[in-house]
Amino acid sequence: MPIRVNGAEVPPPDDARISLLDLLREHLHLTGTKKGCDQGACGACTVLLDGNRVLSCLTLAAQAEGSDVRTIEGLAGDRGGLHLLQQAFIERDGLQCGYCTPGQICSAIAMAEELRRGDPSYVTLDVAAGPPVVTRAEIRERMSGNLCRCGAHNGIVEAIEDMLAETAR
Amino acid sequence: MSKLQNAIIGGVRAVLGQVPAAWLPGGTPDPLIDKRVALGGQQSRVDGPDKVRGVARFAAEVPMEDLLYATFVHSTIARGRIVELDTSAAEAAPGVQLVMTHRNAPKMSVPPAIGITNLKAAGNHTLPIMQSSEIRWNGQVVAVVLADTREKADHAATLVRVRYEASPARTRFEVGKRSAYTPESLLVERNRLDKGDAGKKLAEAAFKIDAVYTTPWENHNPIEPHAATIVWRDGKLIVHDATQMINATAGSLAKIFGLKAEDVHVSSPYVGGGFGAKGMWDHQILGAAAARLSGRPVRITLSRASMHRLVGGRTRTEQRVALGADADGKLKALLHHGYGVKPLHSVCDEAFSLTGRSLYASESFDVVQHYVDLDLLANSFMRGPGETPGTFAIECAMDELAHAIGMDPIELRRRNASTRDPVSGAPHSQNAMMAAYDLGAARIGWDRRTPEPGTRRDGEWLIGMGCASGTFPFTRMPGSSARITIDAEGHAHVASAAHEMGMGTATVQRQHTADRLGLPLDHVTVTIGDSSLPFASFAGGSSQTASLAAAISAASRKLATELIQLAGNDTPLAGLKASEVEFADGGLRSVENPARQESFVSILRRASRRELSVIGESGAPLEILKFSMHSTSAIFCELRVSEVTGEIRVDRLVGAFDCGRILNTKTATSQFKGGMIMGLGMALAEETLLDERTGRIMSTSLADYHVPVHLDVPDIDVLWTDIADPRAPLGARGIGEIGTTGVAAAVANAVFNATGKRVRELPLTLDRLI
Ligand code: FES
Ligand code: FES
Repeated sequence: MPIRVNGAEVPPPDDARISLLDLLREHLHLTGTKKGCDQGACGACTVLLDGNRVLSCLTLAAQAEGSDVRTIEGLAGDRGGLHLLQQAFIERDGLQCGYCTPGQICSAIAMAEELRRGDPSYVTLDVAAGPPVVTRAEIRERMSGNLCRCGAHNGIVEAIEDMLAETAR
Repeated sequence: MSKLQNAIIGGVRAVLGQVPAAWLPGGTPDPLIDKRVALGGQQSRVDGPDKVRGVARFAAEVPMEDLLYATFVHSTIARGRIVELDTSAAEAAPGVQLVMTHRNAPKMSVPPAIGITNLKAAGNHTLPIMQSSEIRWNGQVVAVVLADTREKADHAATLVRVRYEASPARTRFEVGKRSAYTPESLLVERNRLDKGDAGKKLAEAAFKIDAVYTTPWENHNPIEPHAATIVWRDGKLIVHDATQMINATAGSLAKIFGLKAEDVHVSSPYVGGGFGAKGMWDHQILGAAAARLSGRPVRITLSRASMHRLVGGRTRTEQRVALGADADGKLKALLHHGYGVKPLHSVCDEAFSLTGRSLYASESFDVVQHYVDLDLLANSFMRGPGETPGTFAIECAMDELAHAIGMDPIELRRRNASTRDPVSGAPHSQNAMMAAYDLGAARIGWDRRTPEPGTRRDGEWLIGMGCASGTFPFTRMPGSSARITIDAEGHAHVASAAHEMGMGTATVQRQHTADRLGLPLDHVTVTIGDSSLPFASFAGGSSQTASLAAAISAASRKLATELIQLAGNDTPLAGLKASEVEFADGGLRSVENPARQESFVSILRRASRRELSVIGESGAPLEILKFSMHSTSAIFCELRVSEVTGEIRVDRLVGAFDCGRILNTKTATSQFKGGMIMGLGMALAEETLLDERTGRIMSTSLADYHVPVHLDVPDIDVLWTDIADPRAPLGARGIGEIGTTGVAAAVANAVFNATGKRVRELPLTLDRLI
């Protein structure tokens, strides 16, 4: 079964060892998705698999057969413009070297959906009280799987807040 | 370095002491200190759109036909030799094209060492690379496997069989201390400082503290792993690298492979974080050798484990600080002694003992540091080398002294802040550390702090506040150059082989060039990151912005001269000298009579020229030998410590910086915060674990080496004095590293204020608090 990557169908690779990350970067030349550790520890490789965030370095390409993969290259749609969050990252300077950035952005987009669904987190005070209130602590906890060594954390959280505020309107 | 170096630098300083400041670089303050349009604003970074869309191309992402992937096999002993090496199974594995070992590696000379006299050298160590069976550190590469996919190369690497004969290895710090060596100099400073009988003054002091502080091994761990895509074409070597040393890497590779300088091309437009780590290490060299041997392009991306085996980190340090003060808190004696690891094959100084020599006006000093020579991977520079561990020791000691006297820690610093260089007596170019303290104290609400430790609480949480000074010297590299090209539309294009690893290099130099040439921002482009562009020195020592600014400024003066010549006699500018004109409104005009002016477009058109190009260069940084040029900061921290678990939650960080003028408020804020977050990591979590029995680094992943994550990072406030340094280009000193200094001490001092526990070992993990 083919894998749909940003809308285009691609055949699964012939080598079962190939991760989704390496399929994207080395075979499809979609290098917007980054490899930071290849061990599931940094979040740089985060992509959206059927709308959910996954670490593509810990996902075999074969696991994505029949699924819909969306990467940073597929976010803005075909208008060539920027996604709301991409724009907010620029405004809030939520990046320095930019290497963790695609992973942060993909992760945050899925996180917004998790919040909307009402998924609780480690810092949610009362998990029975309905959808969690969006606080900085909630955003920080939910984004903690995405490391940034340049220290763009404050700007990233502000950019995510901007996106959440914008989409809540 | 050597006694000779001490003598030369000492001699130049003595001479410059007599030379009027006006003759030196910065003698006339840069007019752009005050005349700012784009500078000082909050420009978003120019590479932001490409980075957020994922189209900015990093070193491992350059497409190439026929590419081979390299995987390394690392030695598992620290010292000895290879006695058996069986590569047959690996060679027979599917997809494998080559296994390179010392038996078939090409001849390569030893990397030229990084140094202040050779800007084309990038060697972090001076050991031969894959030239014999000898092993010098645990993790050294013993084989390189090339295959047509990464998976195949990784698999084949596991099939290489190596048997070693180990010889005794020196891998223990405590043992090595007994035979430590004492270098004559540290960077450009003399190591040993003995001024005014500090031992006696300490003994007689009304108040004194004397303690030992330790900091662990640390690694930079940029999120982008070290990587290079390498190809030989017609005898020329082309390296797409992730480096903060473009020209130095090109120059070194030329030396190593016996090539002409112009036959090596290094390109590195984007670097995914460096912090000192992204220099030249064995992987580029081995990658180039394997590419030559296989006749095909090679991509090497280091795994996290390989990064820790091949790229050195910050040495652990052990520092004794003793401070003596009189009844008013005036420092009578400052003693700073200590140890770090610097193997003899290592190049980089961790000069922590320089920290206390510039901050405070002590009456006497006794300062010296020693190095332990071990059989380990060479240590390296990591963000704020020297001052980052140095401020931890000195600034915790100042806090201890304040507590011993019963004085507010800020007041203690106010009484001792230096007004000129405490050692040489040289005047400061500019220094307003206490103004930074005032800003920071007001922002965090220092008056809420209770001087008595352990007296504020909220349930199980003990609450505390602490502060510390940060400091980092100003550096400007000689020989950095930039080309300015004016085109027929009157637009300016700047080019230089400078580096972008998140600092916003092109963004800020675009602002600078626009103001320098009197152009709107959108008439300026800046191209960096390639060795084919005019020479630039490395991005290190927080020197790049000042060096580039000096180069662009020098180029602009040449541009004025050449434009006047080009304009000839049929111009309102006729008869004016370059010193009598200024850039304004997209052209030149007379300073005396602004009505006499002509635009770039008009000058070029009349001369039938499509463009005009000039190159300017940053001259010798003599100002740093005449003046004491240091940035300073005041770092504040408020935190909670759980009485039950010992967990520390940092609630707030405030950094107030005195670094001259700020050039771009948006990117500067980010850079300061980034530095502070690395300091936060150092304070709370970061530690490279070395197995001292085997010399092997154990924490070779981001799961084992803990860097701050989102939930660890609180809201950070960044403030600055914004007082110009009249001796620095644009009035600005570098800001890349100072953010990291002082933070660990501010956190440790806040922990003491919260709990009454004085922890003198980093990181401040839970076990040290319960
Ligand atoms: S590359 Fe996948 S988590 Fe780091
Ligand atoms: S921006 Fe460099 S790692 Fe996040």
